Amino acid sequence: MNCILETKGLCKSFGAVTAAKDVNVRIHKGEVVGVIGSNGAGKTTFINMVTGYLKPSSGEILFNGQSILGRTPRAITRAGMARSFQVAQLFPQLSVLENLLIAVSAAQSPFPSLLAPMRNASRIAQADAILAEFDISRWRDTQVTAVPQGVRKLIDIAMALIGDPQMLLLDEPTSGVSAEEKTALMDTVMRVVAQHQVTVLFVEHDMDVVRRYVSRILAFYSGEVLADGAPEAVLANARVQEFVTGGPHAHKRAAQ
Amino acid sequence: MRLSKTELILLGVAVLLAAGGFIAPQWLVFLLTMALAKAMVVQGVVMQMRAGLVTFGQGLFFCVGGYAVGMSGHFLDITDLAVLLLIGVGAAVLLAMLLGLLMTRYREIFFAMLSLAFSMILYGVLVKSSALGSTDGFNVKAWTLFGWTPASGQAPLALFVIIVACSALLAVLLHRYSRSSAGMMCEAIRENEVRVEYLGQSPRWVLYMNYVAAAAVSALGGGFMALSAGHIDPEMAYWITSGEFVFIALLGGTAHVAAPFIAAILFAVVRTYAIELVPHSWQMILGFTLLAIIVFLPKGLWSLFTGQARRAKA
Repeated sequence: MNCILETKGLCKSFGAVTAAKDVNVRIHKGEVVGVIGSNGAGKTTFINMVTGYLKPSSGEILFNGQSILGRTPRAITRAGMARSFQVAQLFPQLSVLENLLIAVSAAQSPFPSLLAPMRNASRIAQADAILAEFDISRWRDTQVTAVPQGVRKLIDIAMALIGDPQMLLLDEPTSGVSAEEKTALMDTVMRVVAQHQVTVLFVEHDMDVVRRYVSRILAFYSGEVLADGAPEAVLANARVQEFVTGGPHAHKRAAQ
Repeated sequence: MRLSKTELILLGVAVLLAAGGFIAPQWLVFLLTMALAKAMVVQGVVMQMRAGLVTFGQGLFFCVGGYAVGMSGHFLDITDLAVLLLIGVGAAVLLAMLLGLLMTRYREIFFAMLSLAFSMILYGVLVKSSALGSTDGFNVKAWTLFGWTPASGQAPLALFVIIVACSALLAVLLHRYSRSSAGMMCEAIRENEVRVEYLGQSPRWVLYMNYVAAAAVSALGGGFMALSAGHIDPEMAYWITSGEFVFIALLGGTAHVAAPFIAAILFAVVRTYAIELVPHSWQMILGFTLLAIIVFLPKGLWSLFTGQARRAKA
């Protein structure tokens, strides 16, 4: 039994809008799962519920077999499930190194020390190591506001990885990055993630990017899981083509 | 305890300042004592500013510190300075531990207004308490220290030396705090609270700790103020007093632990001369001073030392 994340009958509605309708998903250890779906299909809502940011209207979420329903995002992070964000969530006025040092310090203890300096040799070594892994060491002492978008996305993911999570949820890791940079960025991310042996679930709109890295696809449409399985099978699915990827059927619909 | 270069400079300046007290005229010693007491309260304001919170009610803890000292002398006949100050800080810490549970739920203008509200509640209560002298307040008894009673005329200078020593110790501690994990976490919360939460840290816990620590520091200032002025009144909790602390905090900036001390001293000097120059509209001079600071040195006086002002304008 190597199921790391399981959701049972997850539902969420915002007023009249249904963002999740009976979502049943089982993610296994070591999988790389791509989540696809048009805007408003419920992908981010799914991540927000699983990481404790949103409370589901009903349903159950199990992480390593234990319910994490109703736990705070920080408790879920400490339990080993980290996430990155569609828009990189960093500390803009601080340097890249300081951003990572804060992440290292937070990962070490929920009660930060009052007088011992945050900058110490072991924390700096850990921060430098992850910067080197992502190949962004040259930005180390730059203030985040002066760092390009693609690098910010990497810092965001690096901060999530610092706590050595078992599972990593990436919400559109390539959004806001130019088309030419996407592949290089994802190559970097997936290389590092593979080294850390983390189970990954990532949301992505670019089907070429998805096909390149995943072992399994979850297709969302209007809060429901439309298809779940091997990439070829899901992408060949007629309903997925119609509602998500915009295959031949979609064009027919649009013409009508 | 190994001291960094900054800490050695802070201690060096303190020694010089204390030595200067022996040759300075009495009015200057008094002015500096009051300025340092206020600077301690301002440190509490700055600690919260670093976490992105502006408090318009730090006068609450200033007043609690002052009244705890005054009342302990008045009702319990305690005269030992160290004990009195500890009681003042302790009272503020207890109050902050309680209020902090509520305060840490709020941010921005809501935090500012709620902090203001609590200080005004205390003001209202004190104004109505005839046993505590209502609006007039009451006089604070003369202090002793570990059995030593300063001879008449000696007390102001002795208190000055003590407050300089306490300020130096406080500066070293706050300098360390600002660079510690907790201190940096405050900056992180100011920058992006959601991210802090997703790093596995509780922003509320960090803010709570910071709030209680800021209250303790401010109450120490209030205690010293009571001992040095020899009198306390409800004005200490009034919103204009709290506003003055924010004013001084902006004057100095949040970049360095020394900034509030320098700003508080400068403020006291400017105010003294402004009152002499234009007795009825001295606030106008203070207003223009703040205006000039905001326009030319948005990061406070401390940017004069770091050259950030020039870079910011370039």
